[in-house]
Formats: sequence, C-alpha cells, structure tokens
Amino acid sequence: MTRLITSGFSHFILFIGIFIMIVPVWMIFASSTHSGLTINTQGLQMFLGDSFYENYLRVLLYKGGFFKEITALKMFLNSFIMATGVAILSVITSLMAAYALVYFRTKYATLLFWMIFVTILVPLELRIFPTYSVMAELNLVNSYFGLIVPISASAIATLFFRQFYKTVPDELLESAKLDGANTWRFFIDFLLPLSKTMIVAMLIFMFVFGYNQYLWPLLVTSSEQYWTVVMGLKMMSGSIVHRFAFVMMSMVPPILIIIVLQKHFIKGVFQDK
Amino acid sequence: MSFLDLKNVTKIYPNGTKAVHETSLSINEGEFMVFVGPSGCGKSTLLRMVAGLEDITEGDINLDGQLMNEVDPSERDVAMVFQNYALYPHMNVYNNLAYGLKNRGIDKETIEQKVNDAAKLLQISDFLQRKPSMLSGGQRQRVAMGRAIVRNPKIFLFDEPLSNLDAKLRIQMRLEIKKLQQKVGVTSIFVTHDQVEAMTLADRLAVINDGIIEQLGTPIEIYNNPKSLFVAGFIGSPQMNFLDANLNNKTLSAENFEIKNIDSDYNGEVTLGIRPEHLIESENGLINLNVELVEQLGSDNLVYGQIKNIKDFCYRSPGNQTIKKGDTLSLNIEENKYYIFDKSTGKRVN
Ligand SMILES: Nc1ncnc2c1ncn2[C@@H]1O[C@H](COP(=O)(O)OP(=O)(O)OP(=O)(O)O)[C@@H](O)[C@H]1O
Ligand SMILES: [Mg+2]
Repeated sequence: MTRLITSGFSHFILFIGIFIMIVPVWMIFASSTHSGLTINTQGLQMFLGDSFYENYLRVLLYKGGFFKEITALKMFLNSFIMATGVAILSVITSLMAAYALVYFRTKYATLLFWMIFVTILVPLELRIFPTYSVMAELNLVNSYFGLIVPISASAIATLFFRQFYKTVPDELLESAKLDGANTWRFFIDFLLPLSKTMIVAMLIFMFVFGYNQYLWPLLVTSSEQYWTVVMGLKMMSGSIVHRFAFVMMSMVPPILIIIVLQKHFIKGVFQDK
Repeated sequence: MSFLDLKNVTKIYPNGTKAVHETSLSINEGEFMVFVGPSGCGKSTLLRMVAGLEDITEGDINLDGQLMNEVDPSERDVAMVFQNYALYPHMNVYNNLAYGLKNRGIDKETIEQKVNDAAKLLQISDFLQRKPSMLSGGQRQRVAMGRAIVRNPKIFLFDEPLSNLDAKLRIQMRLEIKKLQQKVGVTSIFVTHDQVEAMTLADRLAVINDGIIEQLGTPIEIYNNPKSLFVAGFIGSPQMNFLDANLNNKTLSAENFEIKNIDSDYNGEVTLGIRPEHLIESENGLINLNVELVEQLGSDNLVYGQIKNIKDFCYRSPGNQTIKKGDTLSLNIEENKYYIFDKSTGKRVN
C-alpha cells in the first residue's frame, strides 16, 4: 500500500515535470499553425490552427538572410552535415586516440592522456580566435571542413573510450595476438565490436553537440550558404509564426537521431547480457 | 636439437624482478611437459616467453629449429589456453574457433570443416552458435581448448587452465586434456601449481622454485628420487614428513630413533624425509606415533599425530583399519624409503 502511494507520488512529480517542459513547446507548436494576424491580436494559442502547411512550407522554402540566398532547407542540410561530420570524426579520432593511449607501449601515455584531458578546461570559446586564424590561414573559412574539424577532437569521448579499453582484459589481446591478429586487426575485430554501445552513445552525444554549435559557425562562415539551423534561429526574420515554425523544425533532427539510434543503443546494451 | 629448446633463458622484469634464472630445457616433439611450482616461482613467465608474450632478457628459445627470440607471437604458431580462458565475448563459439584460421586466410570451407571436427572432438557441436557468456565453466574450458586445437599449432601452452573449475570437473577435464593430447599428439607445456595435476598429466615434469628448475624428470622419477628438500616437499600428497636429524659415520640419529648403515658419506646436520605412504605398522617399530587426528578417505586413512616434539606427522594407513584419536602406533619405515637432505643447502645426500 505504501509502495503504491510512493510510486503514485513520484509519478505525480514526474507528470508535473513533463507538464512544465511540454506546455511551452506545445504552445509554440500550436501558435505556429495559426496566421500571424491571430497571434498578433489574440496572443499565443493553445489549440491548433489551420495554417500549418502554409507556414511551414513558406519557412522551408523562403530565401532569407541579408542576400536572400539561404533557405531553411539548406540550413537543415548544413546543420546535418556539420553535426554528422562532428559526430563521426570525433568518435573516430577519440577511438584511435584512446587505443594509442592504452595499447601502445609509451612511457608517457598517462601524461599524454592528462594533457588531452585538461583541454576540457579550455573550451572552444577561449581558443576561438587562434583557432579562427589557423582556419583563415589554411583558407578553410566558409567550408564544411572548417565548420567540422576544429570542434571534432573530443577529450570527453577519448576519456570514455580509454576507461573502457582499460577494462578489457589483457588476455584478450594476448589471445588475439596468438591467433594471428595484428594491432590493426585487434582494433577492428575486438575493440570496435566490444565498444559498439559506447560508440552509439558517443555518436548521439557528439551529434547533438555539433548541431547545437552557435559561436563557431557564426565566426567561421561569412557566406550565408553555410548558415546552420542554430544560427538561423537568430538570423531569421519575418513574422512571428514563421519563427515559431522554424523553432519547431529545429528540434526535429536531434530528437529524430535519438529516437533512431536509441533502438541500437538499447539493443547493444541487452544483446550481450 | 630437440623440438623446443630453451638455452640459458633469463627474465628480468622492468621493475627489477628476476623471475627466471638461466633456465635451460629441451622438450621433444609430442611430449607433454608440465611446469610445476609454488605461486610466484616464474612458471607463467617462462611459458609466456615461449609464447612471445614476454620479451626474453637473455638466452635463446628455439622452436622447431627456428630462433624465436624476435619472432612476433602472431607468427610463432603457438596456441595458448589461459586460466580465465580469454574467450572472445562478442563472438559465438564458432567464430571463437574460426578466428585464428580466418587470420591466416584459410578458405571458408576448410575453416568450417576444421571447426566442426574440433567441435566434435570436444563435444561442443551443440553450442557453436552461442556466445561464451551462455556457457558453463566446463563448456568454456572446452571452447578454449578447441580454439587451440583447431589451428593445429606447433605447440600448446596451458597456463593453469583448470584452476577455475570445481574439484570434480577439474579431474574430469584433466583426464580429457591428457587423452586429447595423446590423440592429437601436439607438443604441450602445462603450467600448474597443483602437484596432483602435474603428476597425472606429465610425460616429464619440471619442478620450478624461485625461477630455477630444481628437478626435471618423469613424475615417477621425481617422486621416487627427489634431488632436493624443496622437490621432496612439493611432490607427493600428503606432503612428505620432515624430521631434524644428525648423520655421523653412516648412522642417522633422530630425536628418538636411529638408522644404521646409511648409504652416504655426509656428516653433519640433516633433514630426514619420510613419505606418509612409506610407513608400515609393526611391533617394536622405530617410531611411536600418538594419534591426534584421523582423516578417513575411504580407500585409506590419513593419520596425523605427534612423535615426541614433532607435530603433525602423517601416516597413510589402509582404509580398513580403525584408528582412533589417542591411540599409539608403532611404525617402521619401508626398506630404504627415506630421504636425507643436507640441512643447510637442501641437497639430497643419500
Ligand atoms: N609484469 C610484471 N612485472 C614485474 N614483475 C612481475 C610481472 N609479472 C610477474 N612478475 C613477478 O615475477 C615472478 C614470477 O611471476 P609468475 O607470474 O611467472 O609466477 P607464477 O609461477 O606463474 O605464479 P602463479 O602460480 O601465482 O601464477 C613473481 O615474483 C611476480 O611477482
Ligand atoms: Mg602464473
């Protein structure tokens, strides 16, 4: 009986939490389906209107920006390219960095690791100007490469993979060696499959990280062709309903990626049990 | 030159631990060699140097006529069974067995054939699709064996592969390993600190102490003729009894008995060793044992007691005798079944 009460109570709290988070989102969504006139005269709406297609289509295809050469569709493409690039590149680099740190016989592996680790204390915002000048000198401003590469070295992901590799028993490596596996094969045939779930988790994490970038893309792109969704949120001009529609759409990719990859994530976790 | 040749092999770990001292050893093709010794004596280190998992500090290792010192483990064509099996957790049993073959670029049909043959031999055919986590300890052990067998390597190396199994399964697997090795005839080195395992498996036995091979020989040779106090104490179960004694002019005098006409010219303090199974009850025996504890094993009894000031002296009596606590037994030593060691060096002197 008491259990029922406590579980009822905790559910109650959870519902309040969900309510607080969902309602504003819902209000923006509901409002984005009305005409601009309705919002301006009657304020935010709680119920759906009838301008959904009209508003959303206009936002997707409308050429915005100062030079009128970027559409929301293109921004989504840019963000997708950037976030995917960051996710894949940072997972690859941190997997390999962790591999070298754990398995190569360097005396200074621990020192090297800590040097990588302290970069967490130096966020992009702090090193943004030197980073920018490097990119500028390499002529990589206004390119996907310039958007992606400078933020694709993740100390956190390296830390995660390193800690995981350290739990892999030495006998596994030795056994694989005796079975004729070289360094590279051990990485491909053992560490990659064994860290599958962690890789998926890191991909999600880094995708969202890349997608959420604002300051760096703002700095490294002067051409509107490279605007991302998060930049667009700020730059978008036009009626309030169109902005609401854009905000709603900007939430879709991260949610989608979590829903899609979550499946693999959970499968990976429970498969080997 | 024999099949596997160790010449003055020494191992010093980077932290300065000298784990193996100038060890030389030859193993013949098809032979089952067992390294036995107490924990930390360097058995695993020696084995791992043969496998190539540890660098050799000094000396040479030759396998099948080829110097191995600088050869990578993946090129040595040796197979090893680890104490914790080290099965590949993300691969099913089939792939665990097949992995080594795949790495050599053997074609699919041949791999399938070989894996199925090995699986049949080890009776694991029914589990080929399972992951190692879904197997019992004994089954995992078989898979680990299978992984070694399927590659048909030059040499099998076993590092205490049975120590994670319960007593009954150990005995069963011990038997199977021996049968299997006789069937496939691959040269093997088996490391253990269990002397019963060592005795039962070995064609030849190397008793290792503190990084040195103390004695090398067939199990029976070593049991009958231990060359040092250490070997005498290590081989045989229950352990040999040791008594302090003095040897003078071929007469050995222990605390309360004497043995005359001993075949040794050594004079001085010695340790007398007598195996529990080399004592017989007789009237007016040399030794009077005050019984303190009797362990009844069914087939025989282990009788522990005191002789004057010596405690925990053990005598193995036939199982049909009833001996109780408090009895006094009069015991004789079987003809010439005693061992005399120099007390200071531990070397055998008779
Ligand atoms: N990587 C290492 N670095 C330094 N010393 C080591 C290392 N591995 C083992 N040793 C030392 O070398 C000696 C021999 O170790 P080894 O593992 O060969 O013993 P063992 O006979 O296999 O013992 P056990 O029966 O407990 O497995 C020990 O004193 C051990 O502490
Ligand atoms: Mg060992």
